[in-house]
Amino acid sequence: MNEERVVPQRQAEWAERAVRDALREASDPVPAGPDRPGREQQVLHRIERARSRRPTVREERITLAHGAGGKATQTLVEAIFLDAYGSPGQGPLEDGAALPLGPARAVLTTDSFVVSPLFFPGGDIGDLAVNGTVNDLAVCGATPRYLSAGFILEEGFPVADLRRIVSSMASAARAAGVSIVTGDTKVVQRGKADGCYINTAGVGLLERPVALSVGNARPGDAILLSGPIGEHGTAIMIARGDLDIEADLRSDTAALSEVVARLLDAVPGRVRALRDATRGGVATVLNEVAGASRAAIVVDESAIPIRPEVTGASELLGIDPLYVACEGRFVAVVDGGYAEPALRALRGHRLGAEAAIIGQVRADPPGLVLLRTGIGGTRIVDLLVGDPLPRIC
Amino acid sequence: MRFVDEYRDAGRARALAGQIAARCRPGREYKFMEVCGGHTHTIYKHGLEDYLPENVTLVHGPGCPVCVIPMGRVDDAIHIAEQPDVIMTSFGDMMRVPGGQSSFLDAKAAGADIRMVYSPLDALKIARQNPHRRVVFMAIGFETTAPSTAMTVLRAAEQGVDNFSVFCNHVTIIPAIKAILDSPDLRLDGFLGPGHVSTVIGCRPYDFIAREHGKPLVVAGFEPLDILQSVHMLLGQLADGRCEVENQYARVVPEDGNPIALAAIARVMRLRPYFEWRGLGFIPYSALGMADEYAAFDAERLFEVPGIRVADPKACQCGEVLKGVLKPWECKVFGTACTPETPIGTCMVSAEGACAAYYNFGRFSRERVREATRV
Repeated sequence: MNEERVVPQRQAEWAERAVRDALREASDPVPAGPDRPGREQQVLHRIERARSRRPTVREERITLAHGAGGKATQTLVEAIFLDAYGSPGQGPLEDGAALPLGPARAVLTTDSFVVSPLFFPGGDIGDLAVNGTVNDLAVCGATPRYLSAGFILEEGFPVADLRRIVSSMASAARAAGVSIVTGDTKVVQRGKADGCYINTAGVGLLERPVALSVGNARPGDAILLSGPIGEHGTAIMIARGDLDIEADLRSDTAALSEVVARLLDAVPGRVRALRDATRGGVATVLNEVAGASRAAIVVDESAIPIRPEVTGASELLGIDPLYVACEGRFVAVVDGGYAEPALRALRGHRLGAEAAIIGQVRADPPGLVLLRTGIGGTRIVDLLVGDPLPRIC
Repeated sequence: MRFVDEYRDAGRARALAGQIAARCRPGREYKFMEVCGGHTHTIYKHGLEDYLPENVTLVHGPGCPVCVIPMGRVDDAIHIAEQPDVIMTSFGDMMRVPGGQSSFLDAKAAGADIRMVYSPLDALKIARQNPHRRVVFMAIGFETTAPSTAMTVLRAAEQGVDNFSVFCNHVTIIPAIKAILDSPDLRLDGFLGPGHVSTVIGCRPYDFIAREHGKPLVVAGFEPLDILQSVHMLLGQLADGRCEVENQYARVVPEDGNPIALAAIARVMRLRPYFEWRGLGFIPYSALGMADEYAAFDAERLFEVPGIRVADPKACQCGEVLKGVLKPWECKVFGTACTPETPIGTCMVSAEGACAAYYNFGRFSRERVREATRV
C-alpha cells in the first residue's frame, strides 16, 4: 500500500494552509498518555473551541450551500452581513426585529421566495410568500398586519401565471388577516432570473406582553412540535419530477398566526421561544435554540409526528426528514409545567391537530441536540453542512 | 413503514444486545470492521454503539464511494466540466468533495454547467435533450453502482447517442479489503461484509478472507437489527472457533450475486492495472475503466485531462483510521483543520466517512450523552 507511482504530483494548497493554521491555533496539544478517555475529552474540548471561534467565509464565490440554511448560511450571515450592519441587539438572531415605535411595539421581518417549481401540490410561490412572512411575525409573538410585495420577473413570463400567483397571494393574505399595502416590480432579461421571484416584508404588532427568544430555553422546559414534519420539502421534491416517485403529498404551507395566538393565550407568559421550521427543518431550529440558550435539547425520535409518505421518500433519497423544510409547522419551547395545557391548545386548532411533545431541555451538554433514536440508541443532531434540496422556498 | 419498521424494533434490539453481551468473553477486546459506508451511517444514525458492550468496537472501513475519490481525479473532472460545450452530471453527494483546488460546488458557482442527477439514465436523457452539448457522467461507486453505469453506456450505444460519455471512477471492493488485510498493523477480528456490493458480486469472493487470512466475515444488511445480528454472528463464529463467510442479508443477497449485472460490467469496463484511493494509496487492479470497445463513451479518452496527482496532506491520518489503528479523534487535525465544512481527509468527506460520522453523531463522550438522555 501507499506505493508511490511515478506520476506528476502537487499539493493541495488549501489543505496545507488549513492544517498549518489549525496546528498553530491548537495551543494545548493533546499529550500522548495512557489516559485515553481524558485525551478524548481534550480533543472534543478543542473542537468545541474551534467551533465557537468567529466564522469566516473561505469561499471566493457564493455557492448553493450559502443559501441552504445550515452552517454555511450561518457563517455568511455572521461574517458578512452582521459584520457590516452590526448586530441589532445583544441577543441571538430572531425571525424578526422588534421596533420601538412610540407607544406601539412593532415587529419587522422580510423574506424572499425563489421556489422551483412555482406551482406545486398544496400551494404556489404566492401563498408561500405571504405565509412565510406572516409566520416569521407570528413566531415573534406579533399579530401580522401589513405586508409589502416585491416582484422580480423574467422577460417572457406568462401573465396568466402571474395572475394565478397574485390571486393566491390575495387569498392567503385575506386568510391570515393581513393587507398587502405596497409593492415593487422589476423585469430582467430572459435568462437572468427563473420566471418569478418574490420578496415580502411584513409588519406586525406586539399586542401581548411576550418576551420570546431562542435564547430563553431553560432546563426543564418542554419542546413541542405543531405537526408532522417534512411535507413541504418532500412535496416540492416530488413535484420537480426528477425522481419518478408518485405520492399523495401536499405542501403544508399555512399561516400560523391564529394557532400561535391560541397557544400564547392558553399559557400566558409560559412560552419561551417559537420558531417556524422552514429551511433546514426541525433539526436546524432545535440547534438554534440549544446554541442560543447554551442548553441541551433531548428529543425522542418516536414522538416526532411524520407521515409514512415522507418517511418513505426520505429513505429512498437518503435524506434525514429532520432537516426537510416545513412551511406550516413550528417548534415551541414551553415551561415544562405547562406542556400539557400548551399541547391541548395546539391540538384544539386545525393546524395543530397532530401536535406533540417531542422532547425536553436539559442543562448538559450545553449547545447540543441529542436524539433518542427509535431503536433506543442515542446520537447527536447537528447543523447540516450542505444542502439536500436547493430552492425549496 | 413495511420492510423497515420490523428491522428497527427496540425490543428486539435489546434482546439482541443481551445475546451479544453474553457471547463476549470478558477481558477480551473485539474489533470488527464494517467495510461499507452505508453500515457506518446506520450505526451512527440509530446510535447502535449504545447496544454494544465496551469491549466490542466497530472500525469504519473504506467503503464510502465519494470518500475514496482522490483529489486529482476531482481536478480532472472539473477540468472536463469547465470545457465550454460540456454538461457535467453527478450524484449530489459528489458536489462537495474537495479536489486539489476546488469542488464541483465551487466550479458550478464559477460558471461550469454541473447538474445533479439521481441515476446515470438521467444523464443520458440530458444528452438526448442537448444534442449540441457534450454530456459527461461522473461515475463513482463500487460494484453497487457500476452495473447501472454499464447499462447506461449500453443503452447509449444502442440508441446511437454520441454526445454522452462517462468519466469512470468505479472501484472494486475486494482489492481494498485485501490491502487492509495485508497491512502489518492490522488489528481486526472480523468483518461486516458490504450488503449492497454483495447483491452484485455474491458471497464467494470473500472466501479468501476466512481461508487465507483467518478472519470471519458476515455479509450484513443495512437496518439496525441487521447490524446487531451480524455482530452477534461474528461473535458466535469466534466463540465456536469457526472462521467462515456467512450471509446475514440473505433476503437480498444471493450466494452467486447478480450474473446479469456482472455481465454488463464485464462487457463495458476493464480492470485498471492500478488506481489511487484516497487514504489508502495506489492499489493494483482495484478500479474499472472503460473497455476499448466503448472508447467512444470514455471521457478520459475524449478529453485531455491534466492527470496530476494531489498528495494528501502529511498531517492527515485517514489511512490509519481506515485500518482501525487510530480512532477518528486521535488524528492530529480531526475537528480543527479537518471538519465536515472543510474536509481535508477522505474520512471527513461524506456523512458515511468514519470521521464525519463520528464528528456529526458521536462527538460527545458516550457517558455524557447517556447521562443526558436518561429517561
